[in-house]
Amino acid sequence: MSHVIEMLNIRKEFPGIVANDNITLQVEKGEIHAILGENGAGKSTLMSILFGLYHADRGTIKVRGKEVHIASPNDATDLGIGMVHQHFQLVQNFTVTENIILGMEGGFVLDRKKAGKKIKALSEQYGLSINPESVIEDITVGMQQRVEILKMLYRDAEILIFDEPTAVLTPQEIEELMQIMRNMVKEGKSVILITHKLEEIKAVADRCTIIRRGKLVDVVDVESTSSAKMAAMMVGRPVNFKVAKEAMTAGDAVLNVDHLHVLNSKKLPAVKDFSLQVRAGEIVGIAGVDGNGQSELVEAITGLRHIESGTVSIHGKDLTHVSIRERNEAGIGHIPEDRQKRGLVMNSALSANMVIKEYYRAPFSKHGILNEDVIEKHAQDICDAFDVRSGEGIRSHAGKLSGGNQQKAIVGREMALEPDLIIAVQPTRGLDVGAIEYIHKRLVEHRDKGKAVLLVSFELDEIFNLSDRIAVMNSGELIDIVETKQTNEEEVGLMMAGVKNKEAAR
Amino acid sequence: MKFKSNAFLIALSAVILGLIAGGVLMMAIGSNPFEGFFYLFRGGLMNMERIGNTIATAITLMLVGLSVAFAFKTGLFNIGAAGQMLIGGLCATLVAHYVFLPRPLYLIVIIAAAFLGGALWGVIPGLLKAKFNVHEVVATIMMNWIAYWSIYYFVPAYLKGPSLETESKSIAIEQTLRSPWLTKLFDGGYMNLGIFVAIAAVLVVKFVLDKTTLGFELKAVGSNRFCAEYAGIRVNRNVIISMMIAGGLAGLAGMTYYTGYSRNIQIGVLPSMGFDGIAVALLGASNPIGVFFSGLFFGMLQSGKGFMNAMTEVPPEIADTIIATIIYFTATSVLFSKFWDKVGRRRKEREQSRTGTAGEVKEAKHE
Repeated sequence: MSHVIEMLNIRKEFPGIVANDNITLQVEKGEIHAILGENGAGKSTLMSILFGLYHADRGTIKVRGKEVHIASPNDATDLGIGMVHQHFQLVQNFTVTENIILGMEGGFVLDRKKAGKKIKALSEQYGLSINPESVIEDITVGMQQRVEILKMLYRDAEILIFDEPTAVLTPQEIEELMQIMRNMVKEGKSVILITHKLEEIKAVADRCTIIRRGKLVDVVDVESTSSAKMAAMMVGRPVNFKVAKEAMTAGDAVLNVDHLHVLNSKKLPAVKDFSLQVRAGEIVGIAGVDGNGQSELVEAITGLRHIESGTVSIHGKDLTHVSIRERNEAGIGHIPEDRQKRGLVMNSALSANMVIKEYYRAPFSKHGILNEDVIEKHAQDICDAFDVRSGEGIRSHAGKLSGGNQQKAIVGREMALEPDLIIAVQPTRGLDVGAIEYIHKRLVEHRDKGKAVLLVSFELDEIFNLSDRIAVMNSGELIDIVETKQTNEEEVGLMMAGVKNKEAAR
Repeated sequence: MKFKSNAFLIALSAVILGLIAGGVLMMAIGSNPFEGFFYLFRGGLMNMERIGNTIATAITLMLVGLSVAFAFKTGLFNIGAAGQMLIGGLCATLVAHYVFLPRPLYLIVIIAAAFLGGALWGVIPGLLKAKFNVHEVVATIMMNWIAYWSIYYFVPAYLKGPSLETESKSIAIEQTLRSPWLTKLFDGGYMNLGIFVAIAAVLVVKFVLDKTTLGFELKAVGSNRFCAEYAGIRVNRNVIISMMIAGGLAGLAGMTYYTGYSRNIQIGVLPSMGFDGIAVALLGASNPIGVFFSGLFFGMLQSGKGFMNAMTEVPPEIADTIIATIIYFTATSVLFSKFWDKVGRRRKEREQSRTGTAGEVKEAKHE
């Protein structure tokens, strides 16, 4: 058996955490090999070692049977290893060709034509359908990812590493990416796919290495292993894909949105005449394709965006023009869409982040003086209750936590406020099944306590799984509100596309 | 904790490298660097009077450094300390000329006047930033020149000295911050009560930043204004407060300079210490205690350079060059820490590859 990559007994420690503990990874030539693990399990660390960004404390790496020392990404490139990062590394106002040849222009005078020809040929060979002349800022995220892929192919990479490649893609783009991966394997390349999405592994991968908390769990053949079994191996216990939810009678309206009009950042109407009620003891899911006014709606309710006309009230108290803090105090909790931008102060300690909405109140402060002990205890309680793991505990900077732990910290903070209404926007984006299950459970618990939940998600599964009622949004308008039990994905899908008439949908 | 010791090491290595670079420069112009440094430090520290002058210079630098550091914590770059110093100093000078009160009360009044004057000059850029999103660097530079020309007009018109047109009349010695016992302790010189103002300011700023809800808000706004906004913190209000306090601190610096170190205001001069304070804040890693020590260090260089020039062939500009080099090394400290990381890693790897085989055997047995 010819292994194109072998990483043997790799160990890597960071202060306070063993990221990789004696992990072995063997990738065969011409296969798609998935690496499955929760956030923070050590997948990215392992790949960063292979790509020369980190150095293993122990262990050996063999490429095509030969032991190698990879000191930098340049070494990796020379060995034919290419990596498509989660965050693209492209110059926005350069063309595709310019981006691809960047760093290997060769000679003083740029030969764009020759490079463009090669890129075009590669693009056709692998079915990427990319125009080398396009400027990066004009093309979609999915296309930008293909430019990253082309960059690797242009550098004659034989082994391509994809780090969570589908996080930023639409369902259709994901399908196309899968096809591209299959084409690559057909051309004799090998693919390493880092992910925590089981359906993707099921769709393309041949074999799968499963990692949990820095340790190797098993290597399985994908075709003969069920998703449930892989999920259980990844999380370390059986996983419920569907949250158990008791039927509940909704109470009085908590949130009342009435004929709301909101403009987006370009001063164009983003939310149009939107009315919605969320009652105590129910979860209302807002379904819709990204960019149809969901973000603006949430920002208007939480006070981050100006309301042109219409009203927002909680328990009948008008909040349309009050400050964000007054809204927080009126009982709105908010799990924001972008946890890195809005949710946390990355270079502050976790403890400070856990009281960022309450620091000014007793018992966290008195007469303007902070009470460090109470703050730290509160943060510790949240981290214990919500299983937030970090290297140096509550003193860790928020930025040092993995995405899943950051999100659990935010959810914990908002839940600790015991708000009457919690607004959760994409609460599980980029998280692994373990964390998703956990956060879903907490949201349902919140509802079971007789509180209201407004859920915004671009994933229909999530909407159907959690919501009691589904409100469908398209170009800023409310298309319809339906009981989850009385509808199906097809009907909601059609409404998401803007089909208003229920009868026409059926 | 870890960050602080790190910042300290970076500052220390920047200082050492800066001094080495200064030494190389002295050699390049044919002087003996050891002799040069000997007189540089001797000039700053050789007797009580010199030490007093070093501290007197440091007082102003510390306060400006605090001003810059404070604004920086809120993510603002206060480049207008010079103008704030001028206005704070003018207010203090007016008090010194026209207000006669028992000494303790008098000191409170002069401190309040200087702080308010500087705060006024700081709060205007803060308001412009909060209301109209005018960049504070542009606004504070403009405010510097408004202060410059205001002094240019105001001093000859209302505070004209008996002989010179270019400076205000001297303040009576009892009305300055000088104090007989300090003057006696330091054999004359410029030493004054400003040192207590500076120490108090360092402690208060440290307390405000670390222990109060105000500091919590300011830091949150400085680190991630989007998250601060989301959490219900009023971002604009904090920008205004931060610039106001930063301006006030620079105003205090102006007081210590114009009514302590010196006894009059010259027209047509933007005080260079208003800009040196940026260096003090940078070297002090924007930490109040760090600012205290870096202020002392720069104070020593400033007050020793004249003596070095008098005793050797080394021009005083060498001291300024050393300061500039230190700033350069502080600013590029990220590169240093990366470099040292790499060296450390290489060494570790080499050691491991030497002991690697032994380690593997051990592990094999273990399994």
